[in-house]
Amino acid sequence: MFSIETFFDSFGPLFWAARYTLLVSGLGIALGLVIGALICAAGLSRWTAAQRFAAIWVSFLRGVPLLVQLLLMYYLLPVIGINVPAIAAAVITVGICASAYISEIWRGAIGALPKGQSEAAIAIGMDPRNVWTRIILPQAVVLSLPALVNELILLVKASSLVSVVGILEVTRASQAHAATTFRPLEVYLAAACIYLLINLCLAGLGRYLEHRTAV
Amino acid sequence: MEWSIFQQYGPMLLRGFQITVFCWLFGTIFGMILGLLIALAQRYGVKPVRWLLQAYIEIIRGTPFLVQLFVLYYGGPLIGLRLDALPAGLLGLTIYGSPYFAEIFRSAFRAVPHGQIEAARAIGMAEVSIIRRILLPLGLVSALPALVNFSIILTKETVILSIITVPELMYQVQRMSTETFRYLEANLVLALFFWALVELISRVGRRLEIRITKHLIERT
Repeated sequence: MFSIETFFDSFGPLFWAARYTLLVSGLGIALGLVIGALICAAGLSRWTAAQRFAAIWVSFLRGVPLLVQLLLMYYLLPVIGINVPAIAAAVITVGICASAYISEIWRGAIGALPKGQSEAAIAIGMDPRNVWTRIILPQAVVLSLPALVNELILLVKASSLVSVVGILEVTRASQAHAATTFRPLEVYLAAACIYLLINLCLAGLGRYLEHRTAV
Repeated sequence: MEWSIFQQYGPMLLRGFQITVFCWLFGTIFGMILGLLIALAQRYGVKPVRWLLQAYIEIIRGTPFLVQLFVLYYGGPLIGLRLDALPAGLLGLTIYGSPYFAEIFRSAFRAVPHGQIEAARAIGMAEVSIIRRILLPLGLVSALPALVNFSIILTKETVILSIITVPELMYQVQRMSTETFRYLEANLVLALFFWALVELISRVGRRLEIRITKHLIERT
């Protein structure tokens, strides 16, 4: 029968493991923001080769399942002579995967700005660099915040897959805990609760930002 | 790189691919049906039902698919739900997809002009035929791009089934790579294969969208 005691006892070790879930998804999104900005810039540039590279980058990373990307990176890095701990490989993979989605979010946000604004700025004699740094980017970043929070929620869920390469985050810890207690139902439900808790907090943050940034 | 292993393991990989396609189709079709039922129940159901469904949607969307599979496959037997890997995977995919499909249908139904439904009520159409003749045809067309998009996401989620030992493509590729020690080649080919598959499905999907929504564009 369902043991409520085991259910609550599982929260301790799982909360401790949630550090790694937050670490992988947090660093993952940070890396994704940086690479995503570069890819977005490449996609918007006038240079055809850069555009093509950005298109292939986005299409490949959105077409290949994250689990496959993780294993690919895990086996590829040692072959090309880069020896990093599994956690670093996991963060890099999650970040690279997120960059494809983030560059699309930013492209969408920039595209959503009324064209009249930048035209007006150029008409009154602002130089193009200032149009980008003062008109387009500040608004686009604010506009993209709710979508970025949404991406972070997806990453928290996706981070469960890094358990496969041995990172002791919530999912991996719950596997270990289920194996020692022989109560998989209670332990995995507790793990689900932790993910739900993290994501409900993030969803609340997203709604707040959406409310704040709605003009 | 050693490519002959793909020849040797060909039939096994093909079998895995068939199971992948089967899981994907099953999950998409039944997830869509369940999602449609949820969306309709949310539109017409009484308040407690709507709250329960909203909680279901939040819970499934807030937890990773992998954890849901673990609860179902490893936790299920404790409450008498004893499933083999494949049925558990199919059930898991259906449950996982349903809230996303429900949300797609819900916003598509909201996009149906209210005046049309009111007009139908005014001329005395029964609520069931309003759903059948107005809400569904109009809603489904506007939901199509999002439905195609999510079914593409589901293609990629099928690889997670390999973790609970469903013998789909990813599982077979991992088996092949542990037997031959060709981890990199195997995963590289798998990645390229999925890339091609997803590109293909999204192109077919775009064609389908254009064909089905053609009457909308011509009219305006």
